[in-house]
Amino acid sequence: MDRPDTPHTDEPLVAETQMERRSALAIWISRLEGPQTMGRGPVFWATAALVVLAAILYPLFSNPFAVGNSAYFMVWTFMAMGLGVVWGYTGALSFGQTAFFGLAGYAYGVLTINFGAAYGFTWIALAISVALGGLFAMLIGYFMFYGRIKGVFVGIVTLSVTLVLETFMAQTAGPQWRIGEARLNGFNGMSGMPPLTIPWPGDAIVLYPGVGLYYVLLAMVVLCYLGLRMLLNAPFGNVLVAIRENPERAEMLGYDTRAYQMLSFALGGALAGLSGALYTAWGQYITPSSMGLTAAALPIVWVAVGGRRDITATLLGTLAVLFAFQSLTVYGSQYALIVMGALLLFTVLLTPDGLIATAMRWLGRTFGGAKR
Amino acid sequence: MEFFAAAFAMAYQFGDAFAFLVISCAGLAIIFGMMGIINLAHGEFIMCGAYVTASTARMGLPLPLAILCGALVAGIVGMLVERIVIRHLYQRPLDSIIATWGISLIATQGVLIVLGSTMQGIGTPLGSIEVGDRSYSAYRLVLMAAAVALLIGLYFLFYHTRFGVIARATIQRPQMAQALGVDTRRVYGLTFGLGAALAGLAGGLYAPTMTMVPTMGATFIVESFVTVVVGGADIFVGAAPAAVILAAIRASLTAWYGQLFGQIGLLIAVIVVIRVMPGGLSAWIKGTRQ
Repeated sequence: MDRPDTPHTDEPLVAETQMERRSALAIWISRLEGPQTMGRGPVFWATAALVVLAAILYPLFSNPFAVGNSAYFMVWTFMAMGLGVVWGYTGALSFGQTAFFGLAGYAYGVLTINFGAAYGFTWIALAISVALGGLFAMLIGYFMFYGRIKGVFVGIVTLSVTLVLETFMAQTAGPQWRIGEARLNGFNGMSGMPPLTIPWPGDAIVLYPGVGLYYVLLAMVVLCYLGLRMLLNAPFGNVLVAIRENPERAEMLGYDTRAYQMLSFALGGALAGLSGALYTAWGQYITPSSMGLTAAALPIVWVAVGGRRDITATLLGTLAVLFAFQSLTVYGSQYALIVMGALLLFTVLLTPDGLIATAMRWLGRTFGGAKR
Repeated sequence: MEFFAAAFAMAYQFGDAFAFLVISCAGLAIIFGMMGIINLAHGEFIMCGAYVTASTARMGLPLPLAILCGALVAGIVGMLVERIVIRHLYQRPLDSIIATWGISLIATQGVLIVLGSTMQGIGTPLGSIEVGDRSYSAYRLVLMAAAVALLIGLYFLFYHTRFGVIARATIQRPQMAQALGVDTRRVYGLTFGLGAALAGLAGGLYAPTMTMVPTMGATFIVESFVTVVVGGADIFVGAAPAAVILAAIRASLTAWYGQLFGQIGLLIAVIVVIRVMPGGLSAWIKGTRQ
C-alpha cells in the first residue's frame, strides 16, 4: 500500500475503496464454506445445485396441490433454521420459538387486514412482523442472557412465554378485542387476511398456495440457507460456537457473551417470525394453538432429529420430518405425535447429534474428503 | 363482619393459589433440586395420578386412599422412566429435557388414544362453607392444609431420615457419597420416583376439582415451572417462599383484574426475578446468610 500521505485527487482513494468492496464480497462468498458448516468442495456444491434444480423442476411434474403442500413445508424451515442457530450453534435451548412465530403471524394478520394488500403492502407487513418477532426475542433474550440465565432455565422461561401468550390469545374472543379492523377472535383465531401480493403493472400477482408461492418460498429458503452459512462461518458464528463450547473461555477471550447470545436469540426469533408471518399468509389464518405446547414441541423434534449442530442437517431434517409427519397424519394425528415423541426419544438416546447429521458424516467418510 | 368476610375472601384466594403452587411444583422442584434435571413430563405424571385417583375412587375406594394409589402408581411409572431413559442422560441435562418432552408427547397422545378425549371425573367432596354472604369450597381448605403438611413432611423426610441424609449427601458430593458406599444410582432412581410420586399426589389432590382430559397436565406446567425458576434449586428456602410471593401476586391480580392478569403477573415476576437474582430465591437467601 503506497498511498500518498496527502492525496491531491480523489482517484487513488476511489480505486482503493472499490478494491476493498470487492474483496469484502469475496470474503463473504468464501465463508460459504468453513469450519462451522458441513459440506465443501465441488461435489457438495454440485449436489446442492442438483437438489435446487430438482426443486425448481418439481412443479412441472406434479399437481398444484402437492406443490402448495411443499410450499407449506418450506414455510416452517425458517423457524427450524433459527432454532438451529440458537440451540445448535449458541447452545441455548429455546422451547419458545413458537412465541415469536405466533406474534409475527398475528402481526401480519392485523397489519394486512387493516391496511389491505395494495401497493405491495403485504411485503411491508411481512418485514414489520419479522422485525417484531426479532425485537420481542431480543427483549426476552436481554432479560435472560443479561440475567445470566443458562442451561435448562432458558428452556423453562421461553416455554412459559409461549404458553402465556397462547392463554392470552385464546381469551381474546369478545368484540372488545380488536385492533383496528382486525378481530382477534380468541380460540378460533384470526382469518381472512390477504396472502402475499406482488404489485405488478396491470394485475397484481396474488400468491395463493400454489406454484407462484412455491417459487418465492424456494428462493427465500435458498437465500436464507446461504446467508446463514456465511454468517455462521463469519467471526460472529465462530464466537457463537465458542460460547456453546465454553462460555467462560469465550468471555475470558474478551467477547461479551451476553450480547452475542442475545443477538443470536434475536436472529432466531426473527426467523421464527418469518415462518409465522409466511404461515399466516399461506393459509390465511392463525390460531392461538400455534403457540401451544404441542406446536412448541415440533420445532424441537425437527431440529433434534435432523441434527442441530449443522445448518444443512437442520434444513434437510426439518423437511424430512415434516414430510414423514404429514404422511403419518393420514392415519390420525394422535398416532403421528406418538411417533414424533418416540423419534425424539430415540434420537436423544441413540444418535445425539441427529440422524441426518450422523448420516452426512458417514457419507463424508465413505466418499472421502469431498464432504466433511 | 363485613371486613372479616372481605379479609377471608382475600386469604382464601391467597391460600388457594399458594396450595396450588406448592402442590404442583413439589415434584418438579425435588427432581430439579436434587438431580438438576427439568422434568418436562411433570404434567403427565400429574395426569397419571389424577386418572388413577379418579378411576379407583369410582371403583369405590375412599378418596384419601385413591389419592395415595394415584401417587404410588405415578411414582412407580417415574422409577421405570428413570431406569429406561433418564439414567443414560445424567451427563447431558439439555438432552434430558428433550427426552422428557418426548415422553410427555407419547403419554398425552397415548392416553388420548386409549382412554378417549375425556374421562368421567369425581365430584368435589365436603360441600361448601358460608362466610359472610359468599360460599367457599371446603375441599379447597383441605388442599391448603395438604400443602402445608406436604412441606412439613418433605422437611422431615430430608432432614430427619436416613434416606434424606443419603440423598442430600449424594447431591452435594456424588463421588464422596459413592466412595462411602452409597449406591448413587439407586438414590437418583428413588429421588426421581419420589418426584414423580409427588406429581401424582398433586394430580390426585386436584382430581376432584378438575375435568379429566389428557392435556390436563398442561394447566399445572406454567405455574410449577415459574415457581421452580423463582425459587431456585432448594425446595425449602426456595420453592416454598417463592410460592408465598407468587401466590400473593397472583391472588391480588386475579382479584382485581381477572385470571389472565394473574398469569401474566406471574410471568413478569419470573422475568424480573431472573434478571435481579439469577440463582432464584434460594441462592439469594443462602447468599445473604453467609
